[in-house]
Amino acid sequence: MSATGIGAAVRRKEDIRFVTGKGHYTDDFHRPGEAYAWFIRSPHAHARIRSVDTSAVKQPNVHVLTGADLAADKIGNLICGWMIHSKDGSPMKMAPHPALASQKVCHVGEPVAVVLADSLAEARDAAEQVRVDYEALPAVADPAKAKDAGAPQIHEVAPRNTIYEWHLGDKQATDAAFASAKHVAKLDLINNRLVPNAIEPRAAIAEYDSGTDSFTLWNTTQNPHVARLVIAAFVGVAPEHKLRVIAPDVGGGFGSKIFIYPEEVVSLWASKRIGRPVKWVAQRSESFLTDAHGRDHVTHAELALDEAGKMLGLRVKTIANLGAYMSTFSSSVPTYLYATLLSGQYDIPHIYCEVDAVYTNTVPVDAYRGAGRPEATFVVERLAEIGARELGIDPADLRKRNFIKGFPHQTPVIMTYDAGDYNASLQKALELADYKNFGKRKRESARHGKLRGIGFSAYIEACGIAPSQAVGSLGCGVGLWESAEVRVNPTGSVEVLTGTHSHGQGHETTFAQLVSERLGIPIDNVSIVHGDTDKVQFGMGTYGSRSGAVGMSAIVKALDKVEAKAKKVASHMLEAAEGDIEFKDGKFTVTGTDKSAAWGEVALNAYIAHKFAGQELEPGLKEGAFYDPTNFTFPSGVHICEVEIDPGTGQTEIVAWSAVDDFGVVVNPMIVEGQVHGGIAQGVGQALLEGAVYDRDGQLMTGSFMDYTMPKAENFPPFRIDTTVTRCPSNPLGIKGCGEAGAIASPAAVINAITHAIGSEDVAMPATPQAVWAALQKTKTREAA
Amino acid sequence: MPAVSLTVNGKPVIADIDPRTLLVQFLRENLRLTGTHVGCDTSQCGACVVHVNGVAMKSCTLLTLSVDGANVLTIEGVATGDKLHPMQEAFRENHGLQCGFCTPGMIMSALDIVRRKGHELDEKTIRHELDGNLCRCTGYHNIVKAIAAGARAMGGGAPTQQAAE
Repeated sequence: MSATGIGAAVRRKEDIRFVTGKGHYTDDFHRPGEAYAWFIRSPHAHARIRSVDTSAVKQPNVHVLTGADLAADKIGNLICGWMIHSKDGSPMKMAPHPALASQKVCHVGEPVAVVLADSLAEARDAAEQVRVDYEALPAVADPAKAKDAGAPQIHEVAPRNTIYEWHLGDKQATDAAFASAKHVAKLDLINNRLVPNAIEPRAAIAEYDSGTDSFTLWNTTQNPHVARLVIAAFVGVAPEHKLRVIAPDVGGGFGSKIFIYPEEVVSLWASKRIGRPVKWVAQRSESFLTDAHGRDHVTHAELALDEAGKMLGLRVKTIANLGAYMSTFSSSVPTYLYATLLSGQYDIPHIYCEVDAVYTNTVPVDAYRGAGRPEATFVVERLAEIGARELGIDPADLRKRNFIKGFPHQTPVIMTYDAGDYNASLQKALELADYKNFGKRKRESARHGKLRGIGFSAYIEACGIAPSQAVGSLGCGVGLWESAEVRVNPTGSVEVLTGTHSHGQGHETTFAQLVSERLGIPIDNVSIVHGDTDKVQFGMGTYGSRSGAVGMSAIVKALDKVEAKAKKVASHMLEAAEGDIEFKDGKFTVTGTDKSAAWGEVALNAYIAHKFAGQELEPGLKEGAFYDPTNFTFPSGVHICEVEIDPGTGQTEIVAWSAVDDFGVVVNPMIVEGQVHGGIAQGVGQALLEGAVYDRDGQLMTGSFMDYTMPKAENFPPFRIDTTVTRCPSNPLGIKGCGEAGAIASPAAVINAITHAIGSEDVAMPATPQAVWAALQKTKTREAA
Repeated sequence: MPAVSLTVNGKPVIADIDPRTLLVQFLRENLRLTGTHVGCDTSQCGACVVHVNGVAMKSCTLLTLSVDGANVLTIEGVATGDKLHPMQEAFRENHGLQCGFCTPGMIMSALDIVRRKGHELDEKTIRHELDGNLCRCTGYHNIVKAIAAGARAMGGGAPTQQAAE
């Protein structure tokens, strides 16, 4: 391993600009003559728009554009790009989603008009003069009530607010497994709704150039090409070749910046309408009301076991809240990203899952870090723990008895796991957590009047999203390959253009590590270019822990081609047969001789083209590749959470966290550990602190950082992190991906620890002090009776 | 429009401003010092922390006029030329940042913690003192390490700890 190659903890190249305040986020850009946009948003969860009166706005240079203007200009609706069919074969019920509402509004915060002015303050002042007359309608926010007979109908296309009633697995065989089981563990749960809250709010700057009839959009997006495609092909604001999307430095995404939102569409459209660049930056309160939320499941699940704790079958029934409109990939999250992972790390012969997706008068719900897989892990890992407790089996042992041991393993829910050693991760995690001395620690806590608990989560995820044919057969509207272009300059330095996007993941470093190792050149001679549709031809962006497994594989493929071409150049320079040229450590040599040419010399010769005839070999050294994975990747691991609870207050303190993950080959352990830390924090946030709460009328009660509890430094102990390695067999680097693991694993580990400590399974997320205290009182009452 | 006079990163600045202008807007929009960020509108996230007369403050809730005459230090003024400040170096060395958006505020708060609490900071103190700074990427683990290491380095202590080993 070289000091900057694969496996080295290289310090990040991008950090210099970030620690000195020289990053370039969307809000840092300005265009001459720009107007600031302020959106007028619905205060009602559900209402008919009677009228929008803009006549009081008379200031020069102030424009107000409404939903009616948008409709008059025939701007298309936002779409959901993954088709799901119901059990009966009918397609999902996608309701029209205009970027500005003109007929009715379906959630608080839905935009109905935009005000454009020279300054934000002026735009906000003018917005006060716009009168929107609403006829309020009854609303439904609770997904469990959305299908009720008397529930208000939100969209005409979706009777009983039902988007689809989907299922996966063999119902009959699963029911039979339950019928013969000695024991059934049962669980009713709510997977709480979360607000992603990347610290950088979403933003857009749109500029129309009438001279070339083209648009530029600076946007906080995780996938600029997908944004351009959707805006061009479906919304129709601008044709694809006349729209440049730039995603500069982006301050965190976690899924929420995958989607195509109304604000960037309106900004583009408005920039042409008013003939000025348009700038919009979300206030945090707008983030709460417009960024796609995550999770929000209501689930009943059952696990059938024999007396020895062998898992026989799993049955799951979930209601998934997709909010007021179907966001870009929302339909896939509670289906193919959820039910397909319900086998966990276990050999479960029969699984059946039903998912009803519903509309409610809430912010749209879509992928949020983990996307479906945290929900699946929570179901499986809570049931594993409950089953073990009810059967009196150590929860580590019960898991071990059920681990899949042979690979490839076909689960009953589509996935074919390719490699893993689940027991290796478990054993290492048990040591890291000092499991054998837990009893001693529990007694020590008891002496101080505290309750101590330990909880496991043995998660699996499907990452490296995704094989295009496979996802196409499941309804995905796009392919999920990745592209790369390697441009070698005459001086031997290299630019890599990638279709992935970095918004914290450190691609400028890790991707350069790959190139540095492969070409034997200093890491500083490699630049990674991403986030600009004028530079990178096409790409699918970053989500689903795909950038390493898919994005870097595309770079490997392009590097293969570069090396092959460079060998041809070297063969001419060294006057040897092409087959005799070897390339190693940045040097081309003729096998069995001392004749050699350095990387830089070959690069230069490729461009000056003096040593070969251009008719035989094209000058230049630049190659591109598209890599389409053959399978998902399957990172897995075991997280163990240890908590101490104050029975007087219900306050939970996480006193230890031990995690052992198998991410396959790790490119930069420092960065990978950082990804795990951040994921754990988000999962712990879900388990202990975070929850988007709507009242019955569809008002978001947790609409700011003052009432939505974000995890803080004090909520965590230092994390103990380790890894095991089984190579991923399906990609050239053996990478599985690490971005979502922590968020997937951790909620179940926390709740398993809390329920272990208090002796009651009846604790919902977030397990606030009040919730834990209330559960404790119920336990006491039960014991007293 | 009233006039305001400040010293920002050592340079005198005089401007006529809308009296509603927040300090963060003045820094970002008027001076184009875009290293100071806005992550919320309720003073919780701390992405906007700058030093006003040597004390960490949230520039998103200060009217520029209210700090007329003050000496303001932003993230852009922390390094000496091309040489990173030890706290900046510690964040880089310990992987105390991912997307970088909260980082300027974190570093400005970290410097203030060192000013108040000294160079030997234990983990619990740092976590407690970070109450006003949110990070969604790092889980805080490496930020805590970075601040401890940076504080030591500022006091002439041992070089920053290696993050990955």
